[in-house]
Amino acid sequence: MSASGSSSATVVSIPCLLTRWLLSSLGKKTIVAVTGSLLVLFLIGHLLGNLTIYLGQDVINTYAQKLQSMGPLLWIVRLGLLAVFLLHIIFVVLLIAENLRASATKYIAKDNMGSTLFARTMKYTGLIVLAFVVFHISHFTLGLVQPEFYHLYQTLPDGSKRHDVYNMVVRGFQNVPISIFYILALTFLTFHLSHGVASIFQTLGISNRFLRPLLERASIAFAWLLWAGYVSIPISILLGFVQLKLPA
Amino acid sequence: MNFHLKVWRQKDANSPGRLEDYEARNIPPDASFLEMLDIVNEDLISKGIEPIVFDHDCREGICGMCSLTINGIPHGPSTGTTCQLYMRKFEDGSTIYIEPFRAGPFPVIRDLSVNRSALDRIIQAGGFISERTGSAPDANSIPIPKTIADEAMDAAACIGCGACAAACPNSSAMLFVAAKVSHLNLLPQGKPEKDRRVLSMVEQMDKEGFGGCSNFYQCEAVCPAHIPASFIAKMNRDYLVASIKRTVGVMP
Repeated sequence: MSASGSSSATVVSIPCLLTRWLLSSLGKKTIVAVTGSLLVLFLIGHLLGNLTIYLGQDVINTYAQKLQSMGPLLWIVRLGLLAVFLLHIIFVVLLIAENLRASATKYIAKDNMGSTLFARTMKYTGLIVLAFVVFHISHFTLGLVQPEFYHLYQTLPDGSKRHDVYNMVVRGFQNVPISIFYILALTFLTFHLSHGVASIFQTLGISNRFLRPLLERASIAFAWLLWAGYVSIPISILLGFVQLKLPA
Repeated sequence: MNFHLKVWRQKDANSPGRLEDYEARNIPPDASFLEMLDIVNEDLISKGIEPIVFDHDCREGICGMCSLTINGIPHGPSTGTTCQLYMRKFEDGSTIYIEPFRAGPFPVIRDLSVNRSALDRIIQAGGFISERTGSAPDANSIPIPKTIADEAMDAAACIGCGACAAACPNSSAMLFVAAKVSHLNLLPQGKPEKDRRVLSMVEQMDKEGFGGCSNFYQCEAVCPAHIPASFIAKMNRDYLVASIKRTVGVMP
């Protein structure tokens, strides 16, 4: 218990201290929170890109073409995103394993003591989101699902051709089961974010007893706002507000 | 009042336990939960049955010794400790489940009594200040803003009962550790060891085998001292700052 002995830290190398930090319970949570917040930023950017569909075929196709033409930069972002996504999952799995070990014996009489459904279902909604991401990438990025709509091209006035993202999305969402699947998956993502966004602030320590209730309400409002933006697209297509643009 | 009890009985940490049925008869509504168990135990002793073992000490809500998870809630349906829970809170003739505080680092000693020494070892790791002892200093020689004093006092209200860890689905003791870290880290007397304190106490918490926090806030809901879970955010912040300082080598 003596105050001396603080100098022992100077003997230890930095990588060792880094793992001691990041592999502690709070360090792992910090990684989950930081990767989570990066994924939330991606969700905002992705939504803004998606919403260009309302500006018409030319705008969204130009946006998609610009993204594709970024070349190496696009791949850096994609690989970075993949790394962030994997880190988020790996560290959650490590935390879950530790939590299960700590709480092996459960109560016979159960009570949730005021915890929210969103909080209690984080691992399940997370798994659903993982499955959805795999499907979504094979659908619109790789074109493995509905390949007939993936290979649509728009002919520009100068005669050149580019991917017709607009018609691919419209055709894709005109399929009712696929639209319903997207809406359901996004609803579960919203559950995940309802608890997750407020948790980012709590875990990174950007909270106090006055801020916390505000952050929790803002987190839920933000999650449902994102939900409204995303699901508006399949709903608008199903209701016919956004229609196929066929070459004249 | 009469109650049907389902009580966890377990010989020791290595024996399997099970729920046993007991009848609590003619219990005064103003008996505390522990007094109700005393009455049941008197009856068991008169019948030659081994009485139910449970922890208790001051019986006035300040020591943190009484435990018991009642109908799935540590310290039961009241907002205080088990000793401050009165039988009038329960419906006459109802069934009451009584289990020990459950958490990996709290092994059962016998029946409803668990070993909470893990919390003491976390305190030993950093829940102190290193100060030269001598004659008592003059009062008010260290100015402390009222808001800071109040905040530190709120954290210091923790009686270390362990209900937070028992209520947590992850068996996380973070509310306890956060209260103990914050109580000293907020005050000028605790400042010199602020970083080392949070690092050592969190490391000891991990070593004891407590789980991590998933922000369920069930700890806050059962805490008999009403410690707000925002102290966990403060601990997270202190730990983040201290870890960065230690990693880059600028820790005092």
